[in-house]
Amino acid sequence: MTTTQPRPAVEIRDLHKSFGPLEVLKGIDFEVGHGEVVCVIGPSGSGKSTLLRCVNLLEEPTAGKIWVDGTEVTDPDVEIDSVRRGIGMVFQSFNLFPHLTVLDNLTIAQRRVLRRGRGEAERIARDNLERVGLTDKAAAFPAQLSGGQQQRAAIARSLSMEPKLMLFDEPTSALDPELVGDVLTVMRKLAEDGMTMMVVTHEMAFARDVADRVVFMDGGVVVEQGPPQEVLGAPQHERTRSFLSRVLDPTHVAQLGQPDRAPEPPEAPRLSVDDRHNL
Amino acid sequence: MKLRRRQRERLSLWLQYLAFIALIAVVIYAADWDRLRAAFFRVDIIKSMFPTIITVALRNTILYTLGAFAFGLVFGTILALMRLSRVAPYRWVATAYIELFRGLPALLVLFLVGYGIPIAFPEREIPGGVFGSIAIGLGLTAAAYMAETIRAGIQAVPKGQMEAARTLGMSHFTAMRTIVIPQAFRIVIPPLTNELILLTKDSSLAYVLGVTAQTIEVTKFGRDMLNDRVNATPLLVAGLAYLVITLPLSQVVRRLELRYAKAR
Repeated sequence: MTTTQPRPAVEIRDLHKSFGPLEVLKGIDFEVGHGEVVCVIGPSGSGKSTLLRCVNLLEEPTAGKIWVDGTEVTDPDVEIDSVRRGIGMVFQSFNLFPHLTVLDNLTIAQRRVLRRGRGEAERIARDNLERVGLTDKAAAFPAQLSGGQQQRAAIARSLSMEPKLMLFDEPTSALDPELVGDVLTVMRKLAEDGMTMMVVTHEMAFARDVADRVVFMDGGVVVEQGPPQEVLGAPQHERTRSFLSRVLDPTHVAQLGQPDRAPEPPEAPRLSVDDRHNL
Repeated sequence: MKLRRRQRERLSLWLQYLAFIALIAVVIYAADWDRLRAAFFRVDIIKSMFPTIITVALRNTILYTLGAFAFGLVFGTILALMRLSRVAPYRWVATAYIELFRGLPALLVLFLVGYGIPIAFPEREIPGGVFGSIAIGLGLTAAAYMAETIRAGIQAVPKGQMEAARTLGMSHFTAMRTIVIPQAFRIVIPPLTNELILLTKDSSLAYVLGVTAQTIEVTKFGRDMLNDRVNATPLLVAGLAYLVITLPLSQVVRRLELRYAKAR
């Protein structure tokens, strides 16, 4: 159904984003096709998370336009809640709702947003828990799960809304190394099932094996992009090469620190206290 | 002779026990127990206070407290949300209210509600009579305190919770109601318990509204008995009556916190 649509799943045109005086995104042009898996890689502070958060408007772009499935999300009058229903997002810090059981985490938005009945919501939730291998954890609270289980539950929570697009914001960065594989396997299966995915990650093996396209960002711009074997195997740009060598061979960094780069931009943009919950 | 470390510690501990026991002994010995008992512990007076102190006075104290707490909680939550609102006038109004009502004595507010409202609206009555007046009069002050507590609780919920909820397509309001506020209330259970205990005691201010035999609460009941019998025993009993409320309450809250610790 989605493959017949003329517009790409995600279309980004000349996207700029500043936090105060700090320009994090400096004109991004970008597309994600239906069913495509795009991995966004790059050094911390390169703007890749901000780019992802602009797609579902967790961050308001300063300039530029974004379409998701043909709907312009940067339109000031867009019904953002209904757009977000079709976009799943997985966070670095999981963000499961700690006061709800895993099952309720998966059903609450189905019931409140999609108005599904309890029976239907729970059936869909259990199907998705099975998909991520957590059938036996439905009644547990998030705090009783390991990091890897929490992240898989968070993925299942997003899937329960039956999104057409999934955004992953460094989904394995907060995990113990031995738990990373569980999450990546779930993501790979999702990709094989045809899900459109935008993945910000430091897992080069995942990018190499699963991505249809790899995008390397640095300093708020897309430096280069292409099939993983090209970007990761034969990078054209010096910045890409130096980043990859740092990531793939971290004990032999040529030059300590990165003097040519501005100090790291704030990871979480400063919001005034009053705006904390006014997304 | 040099003591070893454990001997020194044991000696120090015993000295402290001894000092404590000595202090108690001195108090017990020095006090005039017969006079104390005559003034504060007349069994015949205690007997005469029952069952009214439970069936009427304690019952009313609990009702007034719960009424004021419920009113304060609802109104305080609204004030907290107003303080966090994007709409500037909401923030101004809430801030002004909180500053004003935290600064006024609860007695004064109760008095103003009890006598001011009937003067301002002679055609209307506060629903619930004395109970309504007390619930509103004490609740107005309690709301100001609770609003700040609840606001802090809401802000203590990580920002990612709101983001996750919004990402799932929830509106700001739905996310607030189903995700953020339930977590905020778990965080603020201890300070809200404080407020509930303070209200239990503040319910004794009900006397300014002129309570009757049916609407009397524990402190007023004790004071009336004191005047009646010219003996302080009723005050002791009244004091114990408050502990009958507050001690189990602390226990219940501790249980509640343990249960929620799992879901944090």
